[in-house]
Amino acid sequence: MVKEELISKINQVMAEEFEADPSLIKPEAPLMETLDLDSLDLVDVVVLIDTNFGVSLTAQDFVGMKTFQDFYDLISRKLDEKK
Amino acid sequence: MENRVVITGIGIYSCLGKNTEEVRDALHAGKSGIGLDPARKEAGYRSALTGMLERPDLKKLLGRRERMCLPEQGEYAYMATREALEQAGIDDDFLKNREVGVLYGNDSSAAPVIEGVDVIRAKKNTVMVGSGNIFQSMNSTVTMNLSVIFNLRGINFTVSGACASGSHAIGLGYLLIRQGLQDCIVCGGAQEVNLYSVGSFDALSAFSIREDDPHAASRPFDKDRDGLVPSGGGATVILESYESAKRRGAPVLGEILGYGFSSNGEHISVPNVDGPARSLRMALRQSGVKASEIAYINAHATSTPLGDYNEAKAILEVFQGLRPYVASTKAMTGHEMWMAGASEIVYSLLMMRNDFIAPNINYEAGDEVTSLLNIPRKRVDTAFDTFLSNSFGFGGTNSSLVVRKMA
Repeated sequence: MVKEELISKINQVMAEEFEADPSLIKPEAPLMETLDLDSLDLVDVVVLIDTNFGVSLTAQDFVGMKTFQDFYDLISRKLDEKK
Repeated sequence: MENRVVITGIGIYSCLGKNTEEVRDALHAGKSGIGLDPARKEAGYRSALTGMLERPDLKKLLGRRERMCLPEQGEYAYMATREALEQAGIDDDFLKNREVGVLYGNDSSAAPVIEGVDVIRAKKNTVMVGSGNIFQSMNSTVTMNLSVIFNLRGINFTVSGACASGSHAIGLGYLLIRQGLQDCIVCGGAQEVNLYSVGSFDALSAFSIREDDPHAASRPFDKDRDGLVPSGGGATVILESYESAKRRGAPVLGEILGYGFSSNGEHISVPNVDGPARSLRMALRQSGVKASEIAYINAHATSTPLGDYNEAKAILEVFQGLRPYVASTKAMTGHEMWMAGASEIVYSLLMMRNDFIAPNINYEAGDEVTSLLNIPRKRVDTAFDTFLSNSFGFGGTNSSLVVRKMA
């Protein structure tokens, strides 16, 4: 279970960076479509997550990722691995 | 048959103002746009003098992706191009349905290059530079961005010709339209003004150090000139075939009659007389205009001792005994480098259309050669219909353009 605090922070930084309506960001919402991301934007997602959460994502991490819930799970897992 | 090439729109974002109206008023008033940037001293610059301008707030005008790919000088170029397209009456439909080109002068993008390298060195991970850095770092950043933002579908590349870049961009645009290869081209020049953009130029002791009086620091042709003042911004000139302009009832602000160019083929930084003189002669020959018909020369003169001296000699040699007004708007703007050749066409057009010649402020007395020129210390209120604009750059690249009001 991903902590509410972490989810809220992820939502906040993603909405801010990609200038998205925060109300559209929900666990079941599709990540790429909701934030209107293309392959270039994924580079900025990596920078954003590294800067704000201190974890490094790679291109491989995005394979098969569909929803925000998938994204929360990924970052949570990476944070756990760091501990 | 060759096309006539006219100017149907101009836009400017410089230290004299954020649009043509503000800039026209500043030119009319002989206002200086020069100030001091104390951060330059902290960074080890010999001179803190620079053109002062604010970056535009583009958040309401462009999307995130577009903003992320634009470097500082691209922002200025974007603002200038918006204004120029609007004046030319070119709308989205025209841009989508016609093959409008873009040729812009730009010869550096220091800030994103430095910032990107700093990140790679610190993080040891290239991804951390983000997605926009590459598009901001390339010399062609301005044209690649403008072409995407405005849906430009014709010729698309950047002209890097040192401080003559903007002038060569207009000259090349003129040739392409004259030959019938393009109907309409967004031409111009852009120059970054950030902290690190001219550090290596400062290293050559080429900049004025008259820091106690910034407005008096840039003094082209004056005997006490001590170097140039770096500056920048963005300037756009919309070139169009006369037929195209006439067909759509576009405003015709002037006609490009001639483009002269040459290379000194000598020293990397020291200018000579022969190269500029050949460029001037070629522009006049090509335009079919007699030297006596040139009312005003917008000189390249940057306020360096030898550059101004040699340009004065070249003008005297070509204009033998004639007395056109010769003035350098760099007295007010500083040296807008990659942008200068385009901005000075905009400045000169604003003067021609408003019946005045801006003063060569700070000119008190010339040296033994510059004093032979007809340099206006005060604004001259006069109607005129033909001007010539010079731009020269490192490596000895020279460009001269002749523009006339259309009858």
